[in-house]
Amino acid sequence: MRTIWALFKKELRLYFVSPIAYGLIAGFLIITGFFFYFLLSMFLESTARSMMMAQYYRQMPPPVNVNLELIRPLISNFAFLGLIMGSMITMRLIAEEKKLMTIELILTSPVTTFQLVMGKFLAGFALFCIMLLPTSLYFIILDFFGDPEITPIIIGYIGLLLIGGVFTAIGLMVSSFTENQLIAVALTLSISVLLWVVDWPVSYITQPTVSAIVSYIALPAHFDDFTKGVLDIKHISYFLSLIILSLYLTYRSLESLRWRT
Amino acid sequence: MIDVHNVSKKFGTKQVLFNISFAVTKGEIVGFLGPNAAGKTTTMRIITCYLPATEGTVTVAGYDVFDQSLDVRRNIGYMPENPPLYYDMSVYSYLDFVARIKGIQGKNIKKRIDAVMERVSITNVRDRICGRLSKGYRQRVGLAQALIHNPPVLILDEPTSGLDPKQIVEVRQMIKSLSADHTIVISTHILPEVKLTCERVLIINEGRIVAEGTLEHLTQKIKGKEKFQVEVAGPKEDIIRVLKSIPGVEGATIEKTEMNNKHQIMLESDVKSDVRKDIARTIVENKWDLFELRNVSMTIEEIFMKYTAGEKVYGEEK
Repeated sequence: MRTIWALFKKELRLYFVSPIAYGLIAGFLIITGFFFYFLLSMFLESTARSMMMAQYYRQMPPPVNVNLELIRPLISNFAFLGLIMGSMITMRLIAEEKKLMTIELILTSPVTTFQLVMGKFLAGFALFCIMLLPTSLYFIILDFFGDPEITPIIIGYIGLLLIGGVFTAIGLMVSSFTENQLIAVALTLSISVLLWVVDWPVSYITQPTVSAIVSYIALPAHFDDFTKGVLDIKHISYFLSLIILSLYLTYRSLESLRWRT
Repeated sequence: MIDVHNVSKKFGTKQVLFNISFAVTKGEIVGFLGPNAAGKTTTMRIITCYLPATEGTVTVAGYDVFDQSLDVRRNIGYMPENPPLYYDMSVYSYLDFVARIKGIQGKNIKKRIDAVMERVSITNVRDRICGRLSKGYRQRVGLAQALIHNPPVLILDEPTSGLDPKQIVEVRQMIKSLSADHTIVISTHILPEVKLTCERVLIINEGRIVAEGTLEHLTQKIKGKEKFQVEVAGPKEDIIRVLKSIPGVEGATIEKTEMNNKHQIMLESDVKSDVRKDIARTIVENKWDLFELRNVSMTIEEIFMKYTAGEKVYGEEK
């Protein structure tokens, strides 16, 4: 445990003593801020329009649901951004150690592979959480001026954390395959995006088993319920098993560093 | 302390180590000598559990590198050729991290770091960023990293490479000072280094140990003959004739003749009899002028060349 903590602290320190963490967080906030502003303007405009329509026809204005029309798409956008950010957070985690040969220090120290994987994963995940933290401001603003339901937002964030864990784990795994960070980020993006879009052609697949598998694998279908504020054990276990699978493969890949050749 | 037994290593189809065996006893400093790409680093990496051997066994402090890898790693301090530094971290936080992953108890960490920084004299750069340090300081931080958990065994891969002469001397002295309570293996291709720091030498070439022993021992083994250089003034032919007639002297050749009939002569004799006093007496008795008489010992470069080039001379078998 102490070793994991030491590795975790070192990794997080390396993020914050270099511009990496600040650059990533700033980038994430700029884009989420843009989405927030853009979606909020759209929401306000459509609300205003339906109010005007109601006045014109002398009817009751239709109920507007800020959760449905603003918060849901916003959280979905965050999730996709998390995909991109996750790959950038994790690309250096192992590839850089290999490049700089600091891996030689780690592998000749009394550190087990499990401790190494956990330390690195938790550090990457922690940075993801730190990055996500300031976005709560958007919802505080909404709560201040409007009246959104809080529970779905919290559940949405649980979903974001889970999906962040998946992207971090995939990125860590890919980072252990190579010593080139560019290859790591490119491959991580490919895998994550593929997970995102794999069910798009599902309506063209005639074989029922294949289409069932494909639509089970796809990420957004599992994430959707979280944005609706539905907490389902089925989806949680999907995310957790993806995380565990990726971490297991990272473990194997790191072991093979020693025994390969 | 270190026992390497019949170790071979293949990278794919390329074999880099052939059946290497040697042992290092407690408190010894052993120099690992060989040209580039001879297999020095690979051997060290096998000892430090970074790479597995294809065949053979290695034990360090009684632990097997394969089965009790974690115990071995606890007992070894390893300084790779390029110090494994995180360039964005400060020296202190780097050593703090290393101390923690080496398993030092939290309350002892500060004490250990201070002691180690003192020992390799880097206390003055404790808050500097590793990436901004000069090569010499990086090397020392690398050494500090290997020493932090006070391991009984130290493996240092070319600890003086890339340093300036002053730093080289400092690092060597540091290593010497460590020898009291550590078993040390140093690899190098800088020959005088071995002479200055090591008690015993292993010469490795193309993945094989070609010689092993103390420096004097190795010198004797390949020398076979003692050589003397004599500088003497007098009639050339007479000098050669008389010197050759001294019992024990096997050859005399004039290397150079200067003005005033002063000759530099190279004499060869067998190792057993010390003929220096006979040479001196003979010259004086003949009333020639003796300017110089000295033993020409083999340089370590010659030894090295002899062992790593051409025929393979094997050191003593264990």
